[in-house]
Amino acid sequence: MAHFTKATSVKDWLNQRLAVEKVEKVMMSEYWIPKNINFLWAMGMVLVITFTLLLVSGIFLLMYYQPNVNLAFDSVNYTIMREVDFGWLWRHVHGVAASVVFLIIYIHMFTGIYYGSYKKGRELIWISGMLLFVAFSAEAFSGYMLPWGQMSYWAGMVITNLFSGGSLHADGLVEWIRGDYVPAQAFLNRFFMLHVLLVPLAIMGLIGLHFGALRIPHVNNQDGEEIDFDVESKKYLAGDKAGSKVMRFANDFMSKDMMVVGIYLIFFFYLVFFHYDFAMDPVNFDPADGLKTPAHIYPEWYFLWSYEILRPFSTNVGLIAFAFAQVIFVLLPFLDRSPNTVPASRRGLFRIWFWAMLIDMIVLTSMGKVPPSGIFSTIGLYAALTFIGLWIALPFITKMEKKV
Amino acid sequence: MKNSSRRGFMGKAFGAVAGVGAVASLYAMKKSWDPLPSVKAAGFATLDMSGYKENELVTEKWRGKPIFVLKQNEEMLTKAKANPKEMDRLIKIGDSYFMVCVGLCTHLGCIPGYNPDDESFLCACHGGMYDFSGDVTKAPPPRGLDIPPFKIDGNKLVLGEEGPEYKKMLESGTTLKV
Repeated sequence: MAHFTKATSVKDWLNQRLAVEKVEKVMMSEYWIPKNINFLWAMGMVLVITFTLLLVSGIFLLMYYQPNVNLAFDSVNYTIMREVDFGWLWRHVHGVAASVVFLIIYIHMFTGIYYGSYKKGRELIWISGMLLFVAFSAEAFSGYMLPWGQMSYWAGMVITNLFSGGSLHADGLVEWIRGDYVPAQAFLNRFFMLHVLLVPLAIMGLIGLHFGALRIPHVNNQDGEEIDFDVESKKYLAGDKAGSKVMRFANDFMSKDMMVVGIYLIFFFYLVFFHYDFAMDPVNFDPADGLKTPAHIYPEWYFLWSYEILRPFSTNVGLIAFAFAQVIFVLLPFLDRSPNTVPASRRGLFRIWFWAMLIDMIVLTSMGKVPPSGIFSTIGLYAALTFIGLWIALPFITKMEKKV
Repeated sequence: MKNSSRRGFMGKAFGAVAGVGAVASLYAMKKSWDPLPSVKAAGFATLDMSGYKENELVTEKWRGKPIFVLKQNEEMLTKAKANPKEMDRLIKIGDSYFMVCVGLCTHLGCIPGYNPDDESFLCACHGGMYDFSGDVTKAPPPRGLDIPPFKIDGNKLVLGEEGPEYKKMLESGTTLKV
């Protein structure tokens, strides 16, 4: 057995049993962050905070929500919104955070793409990040079912129908997922379980993996410079703080990180208090009705781009295009054949690729929102083809790239 | 086996037990997600076909799904008689012909709307169109509206049971099984 001595303080008592000082060093004060970064490096912390907001508001909603097809709608729209003190706050925080979390995820993703933060040992950070995106999508979809309004029901119908695989006509699989011929009690109950237990567990596990994958390669920097963290951290610890290229995670980096979080939270609560309606679709304030489709079914804004890739094609081609769009981002580290880890602005054709992809996704998002007819149909089709074309072109244009 | 130690053997034995257990639990988990017997037992509906009016779409309910019933008028019948693909989709009860279809778009399951003036259906979700017999006229839907299993019983139509007329439709590929 290890040798224990009489503790001189609470900290010493804990130190002997849990090595808290060591943990503090490994996780915070001697976890090194490059100095050459900007506010976009704070998005990870913004996401952690947003996830916490979702978790806390979700816990309070869970105490009054009823996962029953006859009670769900009223438990949300009457009990939580009108009876529970501050119930509206939890709901609006939950709804707004669910929407805003995707905005931050997209910024976080495109920051990674711009600075090449998925290359040279950082592949697993990218892959675990994309798995988190998938898990968050599942969490968003399952949560969207719970108020059991018209959009919940019909989004549930349309999305579960995707699993019939078009001409494969796998209705058995669709009925198995629903536990019924149509979304009904079994469906609501199992998506409730997924939303409050299984998917959050997966998300927490993946966050652990995402952070773990970050430790060895460390955070990227604005020039993609390969920093020798051992040398630079020794320089810092020896007192040459100005000459070192790195700083401590806490409190050096954290102080600026939390500054960004502070600004973000002001924006966030402005939305919660004054513009929560953008996250609350008016159609979903009608209770679910299996005999009436809403005039125009569209997903929440963060799914519009992939929805628009599905829409302009016939069923089978559409499904293949949609499946392509869902998985292709995961493969980015392997499709980018260039050895350069520098910002897109210094990478020739890739710079055009980056901006074309960003603009194309914005176009797809806007076209997904409007009814599928006339000029919008055509623009949507070309934007979807551009998306696929850009990914096919990526290995070739990055292969041609000169080493910088 | 000859070279492996006793620990190695124990590891393999555990692996075998755990493997059997894992497969068995996966089977149980799969079965737990199946539709319940009560859900399956409620899968029948009987429609009295004498009350429908020509060119007036009525939506009935079967297995939680909307069922379109459209009594055909003279004009539709004339068109259908010229096109066997449309005629095959209609159900004859007494002297009248009916379109009876699951009212969910075969693309992704939205409910198409009926326009009695041009006697066609339009799905607002992705722009698919069907004619008065439920046959598809504009993509993305891959096929016409599905016809539910039915049995003709005098003036009544029993949904959920498979009569000879329905089996013929299945064989000829007029509809897929729903």
